[in-house]
Amino acid sequence: MAKPSRRQFESGLEFVIESLIKLSGFSAIFFVFGIFFFVFREGAGFLFDGLNLKEFLTSTEWYPTSVSHKRYGVFALIAGTGSITVTAMLIAVPFGLGAAIFISEFCGPKMKETFKIVIELLAAIPSVVWGFVGLTVMNQLIIALFDVPIGLTVLNGSIILALMSVPIIVSIGEDALKAVPDSYREAAVALGATRWQIVYRVLLPAAKNGLLAAVLLGIGRAIGETMAVLMATGHAVKIPTSLFDSVRTLTATIAAELGEAPVNSDHYQVLFIIGILLFTITFVVNLLSDLIVKGIREK
Amino acid sequence: MHHNSKLMVLCTLVLAISGCGKKSDSGETAQSEKHIIQNSGSDTMVNLAQAWAEEYAKIDPTVSVEVSGGGSGTGIAALINGTVDIANCSRAIEPEEAETARQNGHDPQEYVVGYDALAVYVHKDNPLNEITIEQLAEIYGEGGSITKWSQLGIQHTAGCSNDEIIRVSRQSNSGTYHYFREALLGKTRDFKLGSRDLHGSKDVVELISKTPCAIGYSGMGYAIPEAKTIKVSKKAGEPFYAPSIETTLSGAYPIARPLYMYSSGKPTEHTQKYLDWILSDVGQKIVEHSGYVPLPADKRITQKEVGE
Repeated sequence: MAKPSRRQFESGLEFVIESLIKLSGFSAIFFVFGIFFFVFREGAGFLFDGLNLKEFLTSTEWYPTSVSHKRYGVFALIAGTGSITVTAMLIAVPFGLGAAIFISEFCGPKMKETFKIVIELLAAIPSVVWGFVGLTVMNQLIIALFDVPIGLTVLNGSIILALMSVPIIVSIGEDALKAVPDSYREAAVALGATRWQIVYRVLLPAAKNGLLAAVLLGIGRAIGETMAVLMATGHAVKIPTSLFDSVRTLTATIAAELGEAPVNSDHYQVLFIIGILLFTITFVVNLLSDLIVKGIREK
Repeated sequence: MHHNSKLMVLCTLVLAISGCGKKSDSGETAQSEKHIIQNSGSDTMVNLAQAWAEEYAKIDPTVSVEVSGGGSGTGIAALINGTVDIANCSRAIEPEEAETARQNGHDPQEYVVGYDALAVYVHKDNPLNEITIEQLAEIYGEGGSITKWSQLGIQHTAGCSNDEIIRVSRQSNSGTYHYFREALLGKTRDFKLGSRDLHGSKDVVELISKTPCAIGYSGMGYAIPEAKTIKVSKKAGEPFYAPSIETTLSGAYPIARPLYMYSSGKPTEHTQKYLDWILSDVGQKIVEHSGYVPLPADKRITQKEVGE
């Protein structure tokens, strides 16, 4: 009597759990499309009727609240986001991958634990705090070091962003290196390879997919970050010509202006169109990375 | 700071919802229950509104005033959507905004509750002491010709070796930004792009105090010793005035503006009492303590219809 009912109960439970897991999986897709749908819906009216798309993408004139002549050109904002992201990655990738290699291959177990805790701590600092550091400490430091009129610049924002992406790159990069089987290392040692040769010739090629994923997640972090760059870059609509120019990013513009744009006004809709633009950029980045990873795999 | 205000908006929303629920349950007759006045809007006025609310809680414990910031535009938007009883606004309501509010059944009633003088700040090491509105317009306006401190006739060498004027401004939806633009450039001209647009009145002064080349504007109540307030004149040849209560009330200081509160429709009994108290001597004393300019007795007019 007891046996069949228990079996029934277990298979029922199995079904429930399976459905729940399935639901969680599908919910991710549902939410992504839901968000995209709502962002698109808010911006669509002006996107198809009224917005000059060419001017939107190529003009540097961002005058959303002008009384006489409203102009919505986001080219300077795209340049701002681009310059900050590229510079931040130039700083963060060498440091992040270097730290990952050191932690995974070169340091002892005790030091490794310490490093991991400290790096996790770095990841736990809220972005407003980073922005505050940029606005106060880094601003004065850059003025004093480089003798420039203002420290809220591309350099400032990039350093802050680099510090924010390094923990991501380190922890994912380290996982990728750890996933390389020890037999590879043993084989290399048996062949008389030095430690650097092991890293350079064996580990990096073996872990390249994971390392690439680490870098791309870092880039994603840099493009999407809002608060810190809003405070550290000076928030000035301008195409940067050097590391010491102030810029404004796409995300910071949405954050600063959406709260006060009258609902459903042109300005409000343009901010959502910027959201669509950001979606497109991240989508392209992800797609490219997928293609690159696939390409590497096929080799 | 931004996160903070978001949190506050959230809190007020939650309170608003719970407040509404109570009203419909038991009507407004219950004496023991707290009457909640929702009040949001201008960042310039948020400290002042907070000070009023705290003081008023001591006088009338049955009324609780919930204050949040976000900006003048946010306050008006909330008024239009019917989620506040009073919107704070550091600029006059736009005719279109008033019209939309009216269509939604929240006919805004205007109260002038004080004045704010916008001070022009420079770094404390800057030798500049006075400036004209025309010069400010050339510095800030689109197509303006002044980009160097030497064009103002000063040698600004302390920490600003390349002579460049760093313009500090506000985000484009702030009431302060709108008022300053209109005072300098009139209704049609725009600001020059490339200014550092900060997100709060206090941040502007903070940044200027740390940036020798900078110039910027913010309420006179935000003055700190590390930033210098300079005198302003309407035109070259006319006398320069520092922002103060006297120069604002006499009209001598050129960049001062009224601060408004808009009630949503005819104020209820409690809201009306609150507004009357704000316009009383006690309420106006708080205006002065918060660094703004109180209304003289003969200027304390109770509400008027917008657009009449």
